[in-house]
Amino acid sequence: MQQHPSTPPPTEPTIPAAAPLSEPVTLPTARPTGCPFDPPAELAQLREERPLRRMQYPDGHQGWLATGHSVVRSILADSRFSSRYELMHLPLPGGPAELPPAPPGDMSGLDAPEHTRYRRLLMGKFTVRRMRELTARVEEITAEHLDTMERHGGPVDLVTAFAQPVPALMICELLGVPSADRDIFQRHTATVTDQSTTFKDQMAAYTAIQEIIHGLVLAKRARPTDDLLSDLAQDSELTDEELAGVGAFLLGAGLDTTANMLALGTFALLSNPDQLAALRSDSGLVDQTVEELMRYLSIADTGIRAALEDVELDGHLIKAGETVTVSIQAANRDPKRFPEPDALDVHRKATGHLGFGHGAHQCLGQQLARVEMRVAFPALLTRFPTLRLAVPPEDIPLRTRSNIYGVHRLPVTWDQESGR
Amino acid sequence: MKLSVDRERCCGAGMCALTAPEVFDQDGEDGRVLLRDPQPPHRHHAAAREAAAICPAAAITVIEARQT
Repeated sequence: MQQHPSTPPPTEPTIPAAAPLSEPVTLPTARPTGCPFDPPAELAQLREERPLRRMQYPDGHQGWLATGHSVVRSILADSRFSSRYELMHLPLPGGPAELPPAPPGDMSGLDAPEHTRYRRLLMGKFTVRRMRELTARVEEITAEHLDTMERHGGPVDLVTAFAQPVPALMICELLGVPSADRDIFQRHTATVTDQSTTFKDQMAAYTAIQEIIHGLVLAKRARPTDDLLSDLAQDSELTDEELAGVGAFLLGAGLDTTANMLALGTFALLSNPDQLAALRSDSGLVDQTVEELMRYLSIADTGIRAALEDVELDGHLIKAGETVTVSIQAANRDPKRFPEPDALDVHRKATGHLGFGHGAHQCLGQQLARVEMRVAFPALLTRFPTLRLAVPPEDIPLRTRSNIYGVHRLPVTWDQESGR
Repeated sequence: MKLSVDRERCCGAGMCALTAPEVFDQDGEDGRVLLRDPQPPHRHHAAAREAAAICPAAAITVIEARQT
């Protein structure tokens, strides 16, 4: 408990009040100043008190907030909790009163069997083996962008020079989307996930992406090329509209996720010199560093589910129709699951983190993201042994109003002479 | 140790093939789990257990052998 400096110390032991614990809280969003990688401090306190508790939603709904690793994991794995948008109350103010149902192809807003139908069409395209086969291509694209950075010389913005284009080019190639349209897609995707734009603008941006993809789908039906959209156009029973929706969904998921991990992850490593040194000295740590960064940064920080029926969980009764907000970032910093959770530790075995979610909706593209991160981080660090921030850390603009956390810009520089 | 997998539950996330590649694989067509070795040797037990524990769809069942 924080005390006002002028408050005299209590002379009698105070009896801890039980009532406030059961009172609904609102979702904490303010990250601690000076700690760009830490979740809002209040989340830790809430998790310690009760890993599952009542939450007051901005629209007046009284639902739930889950913050403990175990309970968040249970909820995400439980098919009695729905992912359908139209059943959800939004945890943060500023959204529409009611969300419309997921548009065709938007798998993240659907339950079984509709979700299963889409997912099964795509699962075989994102296997560990298939994604590993892309390693050489990821290495090529990575090297090209590092070459350009090196030729340019520091300082450069790592977001636009490296973190965004590498995964964007990969997902465009994989899907068969012309990379010339990348900037347009990137801009629209940023709008879709930006909490400070209106819902109307978000929908307009989503529709714009979908329209471009729709045109592509028609072209690929007529003249298939060697890519995922063409495969789906040939093999599946998806309608043009569904296929455009699936394409837009995959493109959006591939554009705004790994990009933020690469930039924020680099920022985190540069801010933890001992961890960075450990990683530099032992390339065998790369794979677990990627998992640890996923845990530590939890860029997709919050999930939402709605109870389809009454569910007893953790000694509480969640009633049908109630919304549960799951805090991924709180779960991934749960000391019951990860000792000293607030430390970035590249020697930690972070497996079991919920950074890619959990349950039937767990990230479909996670094996692609892993390949990209496993290539990109070491390549960047090897190319620039003296890589450092070009501005004070407090001047790095943070994506505090986005569904996907990260940095807007990351100016970095290095010693040109010893650059290579 | 005996393993079984439920391909109906499987959501093709690939965590098992990533964690215990000697024991699990993914179908090249549909991405669903394939059990390479339902009775893996002892050296793969820890990885198989971990794969079962982190499977997002709870599609892997481990039956531990009785201690002798």
